[in-house]
Amino acid sequence: MTDVVIAGIGQTRVGEFWDISLRSLAVRAILAAIKDSGGLRPQALYAGNMLAANLSRQAHLGTLLADFSGLVGIEAETLEAAGASGAAALRQGYLAVASGLVDVALVVGVEKYTDVIGPEIEAALATTTDSDFEAIHGLTPTSQAALLMRRYQHEFDLPPNGLAEFVLTAHANGAGNPNAMYRKPLSREAYQKAEMVSEPLTLFDIAPNADGAAALILTRPNLLPKDFAHPLVRIAASASVSDTLGLHNRPEPLWFAAAQASVEQALKKAGLSREQIDLFEYYDAYSIYAALSLEAAGFAARGQGWKLAAEGAIGLQGKIPCATMGGLKARGNPGGATGVYQAVEATLQLRGQAGPNQIPKARCALIQALGGPAATAVTHVLTVAS
Amino acid sequence: MEIPRHWRLKQQRYSLVGEICPHCQVKIFPPRDVCPNCGGEANTPYTFSGRGEVYSYTTIYEAPAGFEDKAPYTVALVKLDEGPLVTAQLTDLGDTPVEIGMPVEMVTRRLRQDGDERGMLIYGYKFRPAMN
Repeated sequence: MTDVVIAGIGQTRVGEFWDISLRSLAVRAILAAIKDSGGLRPQALYAGNMLAANLSRQAHLGTLLADFSGLVGIEAETLEAAGASGAAALRQGYLAVASGLVDVALVVGVEKYTDVIGPEIEAALATTTDSDFEAIHGLTPTSQAALLMRRYQHEFDLPPNGLAEFVLTAHANGAGNPNAMYRKPLSREAYQKAEMVSEPLTLFDIAPNADGAAALILTRPNLLPKDFAHPLVRIAASASVSDTLGLHNRPEPLWFAAAQASVEQALKKAGLSREQIDLFEYYDAYSIYAALSLEAAGFAARGQGWKLAAEGAIGLQGKIPCATMGGLKARGNPGGATGVYQAVEATLQLRGQAGPNQIPKARCALIQALGGPAATAVTHVLTVAS
Repeated sequence: MEIPRHWRLKQQRYSLVGEICPHCQVKIFPPRDVCPNCGGEANTPYTFSGRGEVYSYTTIYEAPAGFEDKAPYTVALVKLDEGPLVTAQLTDLGDTPVEIGMPVEMVTRRLRQDGDERGMLIYGYKFRPAMN
């Protein structure tokens, strides 16, 4: 397979932007990524988005974004895989460039939550579950995470506040990321006093839904400008795996089988072992998902993911640093853009541009985005090109 | 108004009709015509007993649109006696504390209202603490 490199990255801050539209957010990230690449002109645009048709009454997003970023005429499509939409768009861009059919691909993830407020957002998110057999019962993605957390407490010896370290680590790292929604460390006391949202899940166990856009320019190394300004980051592997959409149709709901399989496939394709991974950008939409992702990825045994965090292994100086730029919890969770943010942040780490959050000598990054409770799992391995 | 979308699921909503696989005898809910266990064609109807136990549960305070008037409400994964898990609300709880493993049985209740006060009432299965 041909080498695919990340030639450009762009991102907006993550937050609540009442004054910036869906398209404007995306265009800002796109223009930043093109500039960062030294002005490469994309031949195809792949947009990752989860809810625009629902929340902004806007479908046909790929073409809209190509249009408004001055790229009329190029191929443009939208990819949707719930929370993994951005990662699915990245995979599409990777496949296009690796196949040789496209020389330069633009991947953009964008989500605009604040066009709507309150119960409409929860209802829109619930459309990513099985509409006829989950959402009709009033189930939402958040309550689904609560069901898993309750069962996890029942099956494993999770102490009270046993997931705290995932949240505290994310907030500590968010403080060093200028694009993060939350840039303040969170105290253990504040975590323990958080408001209950859906027992046993509290407000601080949930990553905030927020607006944001991130973009990537992908190409082959021989097409880069001669004076390319950055250390070269390569996409060493891409894998996407599906599971049952309905959580109730899994033999073992606490085992994220698709997350496991996609990590396994990605590591195999990259020819890497877990010990060679310098950082893991996992999908901590809920603190319990961070634990389940560490277990599925093989960094912890079943029921032990929370211990890895409690022992300090996921911090910037830890054995397997996670959420190094704040993760979904502190950077914010801009839905279909999240998978692209993860790739942008991992690229910053591998280029040595991660500022105060820099992992020394980072060479291999594992990034994973999940749609629902790992009903879709998209995993990429990024490495420093030698 | 989404009448056909709900009408066509009346067998599932009112009677928990799923399927049984003629090849491997696995019982399937919701029905899907392809057996998730053996991959064979499976479209033999099977009516579940409606009895099971709570596998996990939680309470929703911030309800999605269409369910605001019901909040707070409790949703559960219920493990049916015949094997499958099903997502449903728990109802008629009174002062009964919910626990994992609690025996429950299916009842028919209003799930939500489609649209305004003139909208269709959508009924379907919920589960209550088992009576005996």
